[in-house]
Amino acid sequence: MTEIEVGLYIFVLATFLGFEVIRQVPKLLHTPLMSLTNAISGIALVGSLVLAGAQEARFATILGTLAVTASTINVVGGFMITDRMLRMFRRRQAERRKKVAS
Amino acid sequence: MNEHALMFAYLISGALFVLALMWLCSPTTARRGVLAGEIGMLIAVVATLLRSEIVSYEWIAIALFVGATIGTLMAVFMPMTAMPQRIALSHSFGALAAALVGTAEYYLQRPNISAFTMTALGIECLLGFLTFTGSLMAFGKLQEVLPQRPIVWKGQNFTNLGLVSAAVLIVVVLIAHPGAPVLFPILIAVALAVGVLLVIPIGGADMPVVISLMNSYAGLSGAAMGFVIHNPILIIAGALDGSSGFLLSLIMSRAMNRSFRNVLFGGFGQLQTTGEVAEGRTVRSTTTEEAAEILRDASTVIVAPGYGMAVAHAQQAVRELYDLLSRQGVDVKFAIHPVAGRMPGHMNVLLAEADVPYDRLCDMDAINPEFDSCDVALVVGANDVTNPAAHTDQSSPIYGMPILEVDHARNVIVIKRSLNPGFAGIDNPLYYEPKTLMLFGDAREAILGLVDELSSVAAIA
Repeated sequence: MTEIEVGLYIFVLATFLGFEVIRQVPKLLHTPLMSLTNAISGIALVGSLVLAGAQEARFATILGTLAVTASTINVVGGFMITDRMLRMFRRRQAERRKKVAS
Repeated sequence: MNEHALMFAYLISGALFVLALMWLCSPTTARRGVLAGEIGMLIAVVATLLRSEIVSYEWIAIALFVGATIGTLMAVFMPMTAMPQRIALSHSFGALAAALVGTAEYYLQRPNISAFTMTALGIECLLGFLTFTGSLMAFGKLQEVLPQRPIVWKGQNFTNLGLVSAAVLIVVVLIAHPGAPVLFPILIAVALAVGVLLVIPIGGADMPVVISLMNSYAGLSGAAMGFVIHNPILIIAGALDGSSGFLLSLIMSRAMNRSFRNVLFGGFGQLQTTGEVAEGRTVRSTTTEEAAEILRDASTVIVAPGYGMAVAHAQQAVRELYDLLSRQGVDVKFAIHPVAGRMPGHMNVLLAEADVPYDRLCDMDAINPEFDSCDVALVVGANDVTNPAAHTDQSSPIYGMPILEVDHARNVIVIKRSLNPGFAGIDNPLYYEPKTLMLFGDAREAILGLVDELSSVAAIA
């Protein structure tokens, strides 16, 4: 198999996996889901890092640096806000459990 | 770091991303999911930083620092009500990154680019730049920097279709002649324009679909980057993201009774006002005192929140009302329409923020039969999702859309700023029903008024 074919295998299987997993997510959590997948889409950071650090050409370093900045905003903001959102869901549950216990 | 260790690190990181999504299936494990995602991202980034190609770290360090600072500030200071905007803005950053990397790769590799790589590059840059401007437009509309109403003109779909075809054509030419001059900048310009033009005709109420579609595009752009720079983790994460956004927009469009073609091409522009407000119909406006009295006499109340609750930051007030009524023995539930608000699950997040227990939040299908036996349906800033015209009026643009059947309740109290139609510009016959009482005012103040009224009477009694 060539590298391209392996890539296509990964892509197709991951897409199906994504459909199956995400189908299970209840409506209640659709906003956190969107926020989390948004954070994960910041994976563009990986490509940006190589571009910014490889020093192949000046313009590539500039574009890479901009890309690293943009995708870091995406990653850091995305994960932090998802957690902030989910903390609210959890706190509620802890309280309820306490109430049930008492 | 050698190639094998790198691929192994990427594999672990990919597995953690999948786990993150799996754990998001339940509120009890959801935070663990975020942690898994964070660790996955950290592993991918650290492994990448150790790659032998990277020879200089100074710019990386600066960019990481600046990005992390801005990202943190955005996460900490954005109020929950601004969540849809923030997600839209975040998409635009991620997509911009992918598009910039694609642009750089094109100029670095030119003119010896294989047909396959050029295809991937074309997809990466087209979707990346399109998502960049499209998400910025969505952000502007949600932040009310731009007009929220759909902006439409004649031949709009024709223009859009023409531009998309032009972009595809340019990619095809570039595949044949990767070294062709000026074509690539033109592709960028067209993609940027398409992003703007696709979102301009879409009203604020349709934003959930747009945002999740942009999520999908950003993911696919990242996956395409994975093919360009031979990086499996990008392909995995991009595919997960692409399928997630795609599935969510499918769910959303189904909930709004839109065809999927409509969603893909953003052609919601047709949703225009039919606007003939029938003559001679009257609405019954009510006072806080009267509304409070009706609520006090009720034994079951169903609250139907909408975007108006988010705009007025009324979720906390709604919670107080919920507490008060529950304490007085009233059974209070919340009816959540799948597209209420500006993003999927928007109402759930806001009410969770206000500490409303999430088992009180009911999906549309579960709650609809309960309206028949419910004493009061309290509509807080929701409009189109409660519009009975969706059932009765075949000429209505939302005909066939599933709605919350609040008109089946014994009494309906609608809290609304004014009689202005919602974003879709559709008149709502619910407001003219004899059993409907309109409580005009800001949602937050109106609810707090009800709380005051109810608690003062309770204190006397």
